[in-house]
Amino acid sequence: MDWSLPLNISTQGVQIDNLFWLIFWLTAVAFVLVEVGVLWFLWRYRAREGHRARYTHGHLGAEIVWTAVPALTMIFLGIYSGRIWAGIKSPDSFPKDALTINVTAKQFEWNVTYPGADHVLGNDDDFTIRNRFEIPAHQPVVVNLESEDVIHSFFIPELRVKQDAVPGKVIPIWFEATQAGDFQIACAELCGLGHYSMRASVVIHEPEDYERWYNEQTGAAQTAAAD
Amino acid sequence: MSTHGAEAVQFEQTSFNVYDKKLGMWVFLASEVMFFTGLIGSYIILRWGASESWPAPGEVLNIGVTAGNTFLLICSSVAMVKAFAAIEEGDQKHLKLWLLATIVMGASFVGVQAYEYTHLIHEGFLPSSGLYGSTFYAMTGFHGFHVTMGVLCMIWVLGKAMRGHYTQENHQGVETIGLYWHFVDLVWIILFTIVYLI
Amino acid sequence: MATMTAEPSGIPVREEHHPQPFIRKYIFSTDHKIIGIQFLFTTLFFLMIGGLLAVMLRFQLGFPGEAMPGGSILPETMAPGGIILPEFYISLVTMHGTFMVFFAIMPLLVGVYANYLIPIEIGTHDMAFPRLNMISFWLFLISGLMMLSSFWVVGGASRSGWTQYAPLSANPDASGVFTGQILWCLSIAVFGFSSLLGSINYITTIVNQRAQGMTWFRLPLVIWALFITAILGLLAVPVLTAAVIMLLFDQTIGTTFFLPGGGGQPLLWQHLFWFFGHPEVYILILPAMGFVSEIISNGSRKPIFGYKSMVFAIMAIAFLGFIVWGHHMFQSGMNPRLGMSFMVTTLIIAVPSAIKVFNWMATMWGGAIKFTTPMLFAVGFVMLFTIGGLSGIFMAANPVDIYIHDTYFIVAHIHYVLFGGSLFAIFGAIYFWFPKMFGRMINETAGKIHFALTFILFNLVFFPMHGLGMEGMMRRIYDTSRYTHLSDVQDTNTMISIAAFGLFASGLYFGVLFFWSLFKGKPAPDNPWEANTLEWTLPSPPKHGNWEQLPTVYHGPYEYSHPDMDRDWLLQNERPDIVSPAHEVTIRKGEA
Repeated sequence: MDWSLPLNISTQGVQIDNLFWLIFWLTAVAFVLVEVGVLWFLWRYRAREGHRARYTHGHLGAEIVWTAVPALTMIFLGIYSGRIWAGIKSPDSFPKDALTINVTAKQFEWNVTYPGADHVLGNDDDFTIRNRFEIPAHQPVVVNLESEDVIHSFFIPELRVKQDAVPGKVIPIWFEATQAGDFQIACAELCGLGHYSMRASVVIHEPEDYERWYNEQTGAAQTAAAD
Repeated sequence: MSTHGAEAVQFEQTSFNVYDKKLGMWVFLASEVMFFTGLIGSYIILRWGASESWPAPGEVLNIGVTAGNTFLLICSSVAMVKAFAAIEEGDQKHLKLWLLATIVMGASFVGVQAYEYTHLIHEGFLPSSGLYGSTFYAMTGFHGFHVTMGVLCMIWVLGKAMRGHYTQENHQGVETIGLYWHFVDLVWIILFTIVYLI
Repeated sequence: MATMTAEPSGIPVREEHHPQPFIRKYIFSTDHKIIGIQFLFTTLFFLMIGGLLAVMLRFQLGFPGEAMPGGSILPETMAPGGIILPEFYISLVTMHGTFMVFFAIMPLLVGVYANYLIPIEIGTHDMAFPRLNMISFWLFLISGLMMLSSFWVVGGASRSGWTQYAPLSANPDASGVFTGQILWCLSIAVFGFSSLLGSINYITTIVNQRAQGMTWFRLPLVIWALFITAILGLLAVPVLTAAVIMLLFDQTIGTTFFLPGGGGQPLLWQHLFWFFGHPEVYILILPAMGFVSEIISNGSRKPIFGYKSMVFAIMAIAFLGFIVWGHHMFQSGMNPRLGMSFMVTTLIIAVPSAIKVFNWMATMWGGAIKFTTPMLFAVGFVMLFTIGGLSGIFMAANPVDIYIHDTYFIVAHIHYVLFGGSLFAIFGAIYFWFPKMFGRMINETAGKIHFALTFILFNLVFFPMHGLGMEGMMRRIYDTSRYTHLSDVQDTNTMISIAAFGLFASGLYFGVLFFWSLFKGKPAPDNPWEANTLEWTLPSPPKHGNWEQLPTVYHGPYEYSHPDMDRDWLLQNERPDIVSPAHEVTIRKGEA
């Protein structure tokens, strides 16, 4: 194990990682202050001959300072996090002409439905592939997440994407990959016996390769439909 | 306030000047509010989030009979108030009479509810009849359970009253069970409104 | 009742109780001290069960697919040939969480110490409702045994996580568990009753039965903590009870509260559960913070720094605790706008906790610190709870939570606050109040060994989990080998597991030490720690009824190292003829 976040291949992911490390440094300062402070006090104020403890009940000034500093820090973090959150989750931030794909989770597989040759979901030329999620890089993708049975969670670590799939709901998410490669979807919500093995392949293509792959698939689907 | 009989005078710091039993009952009722809030809150969320249409008032449930039953429960609360007023005056006879009246009316309420249930089940309206069935039986069922427990406690209090346990000076148990009874009545008024009438 | 004109000595002597038979005295006792001790033995047993379940699940994670030593005694349905099955693994995870939260930590904090300490720290004979108190213990025991029995029914114990998300938990076909799930729900419902009876007792007793002079702002912080905790329990647990009953109905009588097929909403379960669940975690930490305040003030020989702020911080944490529950649901499909508001409230709640940490540090500053075993555990609490609290900030920032939700980063956080926090404080409390409870001391050296082992091994087990979470290791998975992004975590998991076995062994060592000390510990004086609160004026252990004449209180509980006195402690019922600041009473000779 190494103490780092996985390869970051997403536009949103960059913001998430930046926030992570910002929090890391802020908490590191607090950590050192407290832990070193405690250890220092344990040594400096240990009981010894001729030494008596001070008789004080508090100090308003000190308390104001150590209330205000954390409070201001939290306010700052709240504003910063809120901006990023809105940029990812707000309906306005969803890209207008994204490639839209349906993903339906079920015990214990991911069924991915592509829009077919007409590039529109919800009609006859849609095709579904089990456990293979193929998208192009450098293009926004919207995923409509559903579940057939229990709650699952659609998690692709390198894209910093995670969204619970809830039966009875359709939940849209969006992201944009910044490079091609092979990755995996991992289920991130306990869903039963096969939870530990509920994975799918994620193949991110360069845009031209994606075109080619997509046409092959729609060709194959049309042929299958014709039979 | 004393846990060891009226003769031991304890000097204690109390905050509300409310004796133990009464304070304990208020505290218990606070938890009951949360319990019913859980059930009723869920009903509200499920009903107003439901895509299927909800049956209109009176379509499935019998408003007339239940309205009468509601009146009965309110009357039982009045009887309870009169029982408490009686023992505040030291009137043992009317304490017992009004307690008995409360019990009879409370038990009748439960009886009518039980009859309604058998009728509905016979018609095929079950807990498994969708969200309407789920929420109806959960809310009214638990309310009925609380009334039943109240009736049993009331019988126990009546038993003590028959043995002359309560006096004008000391009748904490009567006031305490009265509080519970009024609460149960209040919950019913809310339930009747949102389950039957709306 | 707040102003007295009579002399304290006017309090009449309490009537003598006739001697009681063994069963009435020790088994069906209504004495709060005996009930507290009954809770102690029972919860230590459940703590061991919870630890054993963890050892088993860690074995699978550390040595996946291998046969567990001694595992062949388990039935084929759980671990054929000693190799843990995936379904049993999920039961282990579920039941580890369930036992630790409901049957170990919560009752160790509340069932034991609320019962034991409240009457003897506020200065009264017993709880307001002693018989209800006894019923509360027996209901607790029954609920724990019900939960334990679910391992042995057909289908085994629940497999839906201690959080029991529907529809998995509501649908036996999906989870594979029917009877075990029913038992889980019923057990928790019975547990809820037990908790309710306890809360009613603690609240009523603290409000109505404080000794003369024991005003609200002279209460020890542990009593404030237990009082606020009781209110939290009173208001939060009934919501869980309602939820669990609805879950039970969905499984058994065909209701569809949480089943989308029947129009129900899975997210409703999460809202109900976490509306309870978040106040629950503050129930699990506030009493621990109370113990830490008592022990650190006593161990530093200094008044607690900022007593009033500490009280208001407890209240703020409790109040805010009711409006943050959605931070468990950021990625659940809940409306993102709600996610924003929960993020705000969650960040705010960090502030009162930070205040408490700084106040404990300021209490130690300028002190004369004695390194007793309770003090070591209390200081350990401060250090480890801080880490847990800081890791919580990562989760509060909801974009970061997108990544770390349902990973081992969360597991690390949970254990730093619940083990490094609550359990360390509980150990401190056990060592601190053992002399009062049992009239014997636990050997200091042996206790320090327990502390050192626990501190070191705990960090070896749980600190690396932050890193595992950063790598994206998900929770509740049987085996990490199926995922390419987890290809290099096995060695770390194996190391963690070995340390975890050691941690369990150190717990067993403590168990042996505890029982040995019961019989062979050095006899304890009334006030071995030279502390100020009222229980230390009583014999070790106190008699039934505690006091013949109830005490009178003259000042707060933290009057250590007063400059006008030779000794560095001052019991609350002692009358120094001195002027003291702020919330203390001005005492002059002859004044009551």
